[in-house]
Amino acid sequence: MTDSAITRVAGRGLPLRGNDIDTDRIIPARYLRAVTFDGLGEHAFEDDREQANGAHPFDDPRFAGAAILVVNNNFGSGSSREHAPQALMRWGVRALIGQSFGEIFFGNSLTLGIPCVVLAESEIVQLQDAVAAEPTAEITIDLEERAVTLGDLSFSLQIPDPVRDSLLSGRWDALGELLGAPDETAAVHDRLPYVSGFSG
Amino acid sequence: MRQTLLDKIWAAHAVRELASGQTQLFIGLHLVHEVTSPQAFRMLRERGLSVRYPGRTFATVDHIIPTDGSERPLLDDMAERMFVEIERNVGEGGIKFFDEASGQQGIVHVIGPELGLTQPGMTIACGDSHTSTHGALGAVAFGVGTSQVRDVLATQCMAVEKPKVRRIEITGSLGRGVYPKDVILSIIGLLGVHGGIGYAYEYGGEVIDEMSMEGRLTVCNMSIEAGARIGYINPDQSTYDFVRGRPYAPAGDAFGRAVDWWSGQASDSDADYDDVVTMDGAAIEPMVTWGINPGHVVGVNQNVPDPASLDGAAGEAVAEALEFMQLEPGAAIAGRPIDVAFIGSCTNGRISDLQEAAAIVRGRKVAAGVKALAVPGSQLVRDRAEELGLDQIFLDAGFEWRGSGCSMCLAMNSDKLVGDQLSASSSNRNFKGRQGSPTGRTLLMSPAMVAAAAVAGEVTDVRTLL
Ligand code: SF4
Repeated sequence: MTDSAITRVAGRGLPLRGNDIDTDRIIPARYLRAVTFDGLGEHAFEDDREQANGAHPFDDPRFAGAAILVVNNNFGSGSSREHAPQALMRWGVRALIGQSFGEIFFGNSLTLGIPCVVLAESEIVQLQDAVAAEPTAEITIDLEERAVTLGDLSFSLQIPDPVRDSLLSGRWDALGELLGAPDETAAVHDRLPYVSGFSG
Repeated sequence: MRQTLLDKIWAAHAVRELASGQTQLFIGLHLVHEVTSPQAFRMLRERGLSVRYPGRTFATVDHIIPTDGSERPLLDDMAERMFVEIERNVGEGGIKFFDEASGQQGIVHVIGPELGLTQPGMTIACGDSHTSTHGALGAVAFGVGTSQVRDVLATQCMAVEKPKVRRIEITGSLGRGVYPKDVILSIIGLLGVHGGIGYAYEYGGEVIDEMSMEGRLTVCNMSIEAGARIGYINPDQSTYDFVRGRPYAPAGDAFGRAVDWWSGQASDSDADYDDVVTMDGAAIEPMVTWGINPGHVVGVNQNVPDPASLDGAAGEAVAEALEFMQLEPGAAIAGRPIDVAFIGSCTNGRISDLQEAAAIVRGRKVAAGVKALAVPGSQLVRDRAEELGLDQIFLDAGFEWRGSGCSMCLAMNSDKLVGDQLSASSSNRNFKGRQGSPTGRTLLMSPAMVAAAAVAGEVTDVRTLL
């Protein structure tokens, strides 16, 4: 699956400021009333946008076409809904840069091939300011070099090694690999005493 | 020796190390509900895959189910479609389904432990972040997204990294009128909503040792609100007594063999932890959230913060939360008038929660203008509550007594806040818009505190009503 390898993501940025932005805000629960993920993109941040009366960065024409969100601490906390990264992906997001991420959101994003990379707090602030000052400038996330660059700014990014490896090798959707060990799986299944109800 | 429960369970369930360095982890129990599973079953079909071990997956309906007695087919077209979809999926997949007709339907995190499906030593996954709940029995349980629901259906495995472990030790004993909900809200207040990222939380100490199993479920339930995807408590005699006799629990001789194995899964007394935090249980007060995440929390007799006393981003975040909540900086939280009182959810929708709330409500009346709901977490909880006459206590006081489901915890059915109503809620999330109105406001607290707020019409220290 090397054709799905993700080594770098380049695109325009969008600064989305604030800590603890939870997945209920990314996609309100009423849009989970569905049996597919279709059409979620247009509802991303719907209530936040409504309450911001057009001042939300997702509605700011300067950031139209952005592909990389620059966020703060604990982005994507709360509900496990994969609808959140699905909505962002369908809106056009291909990567996120933040200070930290909700763990389930991070994993869900990875399964969709959306890297969430980490920079230090002060670097995030610099990057957000730089994007706000020049929205058309291109951010590059280079996973091979572990670097985020924007114009003169260059930071080294953090990403857990297994996550980086799975992106670089194109194995970020784990199902193919998981299917490759039926015998080992059966062996674990058979030796766990609770599977047979402790039949002794 | 020197291993934690997490180390032991991880080792017992590791199928292999993947090329990336993640673990391929066998999942012993997979729980499914109607909201996060339909896309997973569709993805399976698209790839021509089937459910690998159907006997290890169990399903229910909880999120969209009406609690007002509406009958199928539901008038709400999309809810009806989601029902039909899960019925088809469990039928084709050969998966046991706890629907309403089974008499065992309920919130997935209530029915797992209640039916004896959840057992010590298991790995448990569910497409729901509050799967951490099940760790109360000494299991390693975590919430997953829909693609991972697909992975578990297809392979009974997940690709996952092993977290670090932080032991949280709560010493001493709790005061009167202080409940497990106050314990976990205090922990979140202390360690923050992102303090647990990368960690599993192991709860222990005298307060946890003495705590009922239902209380332990409440504590583990909100681990995810502390950023910890996994929360657990080592199994002990209370755990075994709780599991014994439940429909899916081992019985007879098998039970003895199970206890032997379960007790071997507990953390060693000299286990190595990545971090240890100690809290004084006696200092914990009845807690109330004032903001837009569960870390925005104070004791009921304290004041909300004043952003002017905080620096930069921290001050801005507090200001944003106070503005959304329509609270003045530094104001008292007690005495705040409420519009809605909600008792229920996977955090506090069990029988002891209803009993604690009923004890406050008994002989009192819901204050004028307050809409009050009591929503049992499962059909079995509801049946038991009715046997005990709790339904009548709630009804006499002016509460609505409902069928089981998630209800106003996330308002995917018709139970919703309206406009900017202020809700006293025993659920787990006070996020903006969580209870169904984008501008609705939520104060999280224990079920007894919700009952106190319902009868007083305002946020009230439950200890004054005991
Ligand atoms: S009660 Fe609330 S938190 Fe629990 S499973 Fe239902 S919606 Fe999720």
